[in-house]
Amino acid sequence: MREVAIIGVGDTRFGELWDMGFRDIGIAAGLAAVQDANLAAEEIDALYVGNMSAGRFIEQEHVAALIADYSGLARDNIPATRIEAAGASGGLALRQGYLAVASGMHDLVVVGGAEKMTDVGDAMAAEIQSSSMDQQWEVTFGATFPALHAMIARRHMHDFGTTREQLASVAVLNHLHGSMNPKAQFQRAIDLKTVLNAPPVAEPLGMFDCAPSSDGAAAVVLCAMEKARKHTDKPIKILASTQASDTLALHARSDITSFKATHVAAQRAFKLAGLEPKDIQVAEVHDNFTISEILAIEDLGFFPKGQGGRAVVDGQVSIGAKVAVNTSGGLKARGDPIGATGVAQVVEIVSQLRGTAGKRQVAGARYGLAQNVGGTGATVVVTILGAT
Amino acid sequence: MSTARLWRENPSRYNLAASKCGVCGKVFFPPRNVCSTCHRKSIGKMQQLLLSGEGEVYSYSVVHDAPSQFELLKPYVLAMIRMDEGVMLTSQLIDVDPKKVEIGMRVKTTMRKVGEDGPAGVIYYGYKFKPIT
Repeated sequence: MREVAIIGVGDTRFGELWDMGFRDIGIAAGLAAVQDANLAAEEIDALYVGNMSAGRFIEQEHVAALIADYSGLARDNIPATRIEAAGASGGLALRQGYLAVASGMHDLVVVGGAEKMTDVGDAMAAEIQSSSMDQQWEVTFGATFPALHAMIARRHMHDFGTTREQLASVAVLNHLHGSMNPKAQFQRAIDLKTVLNAPPVAEPLGMFDCAPSSDGAAAVVLCAMEKARKHTDKPIKILASTQASDTLALHARSDITSFKATHVAAQRAFKLAGLEPKDIQVAEVHDNFTISEILAIEDLGFFPKGQGGRAVVDGQVSIGAKVAVNTSGGLKARGDPIGATGVAQVVEIVSQLRGTAGKRQVAGARYGLAQNVGGTGATVVVTILGAT
Repeated sequence: MSTARLWRENPSRYNLAASKCGVCGKVFFPPRNVCSTCHRKSIGKMQQLLLSGEGEVYSYSVVHDAPSQFELLKPYVLAMIRMDEGVMLTSQLIDVDPKKVEIGMRVKTTMRKVGEDGPAGVIYYGYKFKPIT
């Protein structure tokens, strides 16, 4: 296997982008990444697109061919592949691109992630999102995506004494980070009271415990490490890209206070990278709900099981702490265009390792990690990146 | 959802038909053809088992924001219930004050209307749970 580098990144603003369609956002992110990498179109060997449900959001399948077509790459007839793993579609697309370059099959690959969610109403968006759970044995009986996470939260509170205020602190912190990100959907800091007084969605979670529906796209350019310096002085190395799965239905697991797939993927990734959790200075984790970030920072090994909530309140995941988490604002404030999210996480880590993250820069960041989750932890992708 | 898709699951939705691995004894709901522990050794050895219908609340949530077909039920209590046979499932708790639900509470199954396929579609039935008093 060859070493693989990221030599270009690009993304759109996340949010309700009424004036942009699916192909507009997909192309905008892709072109930005290709320009960042100083590439000519004919150098690109393949395209991978992470997307959860264009078929239901915009009634368009076959979106990899669409993006290849409109990005001007189709005349070269490059292979274009769409990858789907619900919320982990973007991270998994990155992993497929990584494998293609690492194997020696391709030298230069563009990986994009995109989702256009606001062309349907809120209720329909929630219904589409719920198809990442077990439709037959969860959704049919009244389960919603927030409700399953609410039950995770309730059990975490019961087993470890995690508090409502600790959950809310995750939203407060990620909004603070989002206020420093000009591409975030929400760029306003909020206080604890705002989160606690928000209308309930699925108790104990309220509106501010949930990531929004968003439009957006993100892209990265991957290159064999041995050729990366032809394109950039600062290639960012992919030290590990791992993936794990678990039962589709949450109720089929003996314990729901931990995502085993996160733990397994992280263990594999740290082993491959030759690193430990304490070596990571910056991490993007899948905070689609406040409780999800608490689970993530525990399951990744940053904090002992049950201590995640306290760690957030104590400022141990803020910028300036040993590990800064979700400096982009996370899914909560940056936004969560499902298929784009896993790629956008990696774009943020690359910016941090390059030292170009602006106001939210983590000083001296050398190693970064992204954790991308599909469904209630049925697919997890972990990526570890290193500055060179 | 089509009528056929719902009806083919009736044995489990009506009668809690589960399966039990003939090798290690692990119980699965809904039924599976292969045991996730014994793998190929379990092929042809999965037996049908009807769950007793009693269990306890493992976790729960009071759902306020729900799909249109559950509009009239809002707010409703959704719960994960660990059945006495050890297997867990997701269902609604009814005939209970949402404020009085707690983890560990004993509950038993009851047959109810679970949903309908749009205003003119088929109505489907299945299990919900209520407290054992």
